[in-house]
Amino acid sequence: MRSAVIVFPGSNCDRDLATALEQVTGREPAMVWHRETELPEGIDFIGVPGGFSYGDYLRSGAMAARSPVMRAVTDAASRGVPVIGICNGFQVLTEAGLLPGALMRNAALKFVCRNVPLRVENSQSLFTANYDAGEEIVFPVAHHDGNYQADDATLDRLEGEGRVAFRYLDEVNGSARSIAGILNDTGNVLGLMPHPERVIEPAHGGTDGRRLFEGLLETVNA
Amino acid sequence: MKARVFITLKNGVLDPQGKAIHHALEGLGFAGVNDVRAGKLIELDLADGTGDSDIEDMCRKLLANTVIENFRIERLEDA
Repeated sequence: MRSAVIVFPGSNCDRDLATALEQVTGREPAMVWHRETELPEGIDFIGVPGGFSYGDYLRSGAMAARSPVMRAVTDAASRGVPVIGICNGFQVLTEAGLLPGALMRNAALKFVCRNVPLRVENSQSLFTANYDAGEEIVFPVAHHDGNYQADDATLDRLEGEGRVAFRYLDEVNGSARSIAGILNDTGNVLGLMPHPERVIEPAHGGTDGRRLFEGLLETVNA
Repeated sequence: MKARVFITLKNGVLDPQGKAIHHALEGLGFAGVNDVRAGKLIELDLADGTGDSDIEDMCRKLLANTVIENFRIERLEDA
């Protein structure tokens, strides 16, 4: 699997994501700067990392979503290339229109930085094939704007189509229906606030995130 | 020509920031504040002849996130 990690000014989880991908896939990902208009040839997975792209100016992810590279990411996503947006990456993907809804300021207005228990709601997706449906896992979160909101019709559609990938098991940020991560309608784009790339090896205090990337690798290579 | 764009959260969208401001006002002893909603004001200095539809396009494509926000455009002067 040849992966790319998009780097914006203010990204700060890009290297963590690259390290996780390299460990799991055995290949160093291409780091793609936001000004690029094309992705390297043969990319079969794209990661949009966490951080504070453009200092969260205007709205979290708003500026990054309009940067040149995102046109290439959107094209790739429409061709079916798997794309994951983690934390700020999730915000970027909603702002870019690749995922529905919006991520607002945490309901308690505080930056939340801790390990949170999650439930895997959909174990059939490209990203969650190595988990069991209903399985409880722990990923860390670190965000100020993780409060997922969408109108009721959108939320009902996400639930009805099995597009809620992960749900918080306790109150974290006020997200509608405790949604922590969602899939697009074709299932190849995942956005989530928690950080799977931070729980890859035992020294991280957990390895629950590793299976996400391993599952993806198996699906892409299959 | 100048224009102002007012960006506000849609009705029904929870505004934690507005709520915190509301609490702070109460803490300062201001009674009778029923609700607070916080928004943004963006001032644009535009080429003369910029049409309303251009400004609306700017709002839809970048300035507002229409999933959660409304916008209102106010033109300040016409050259």
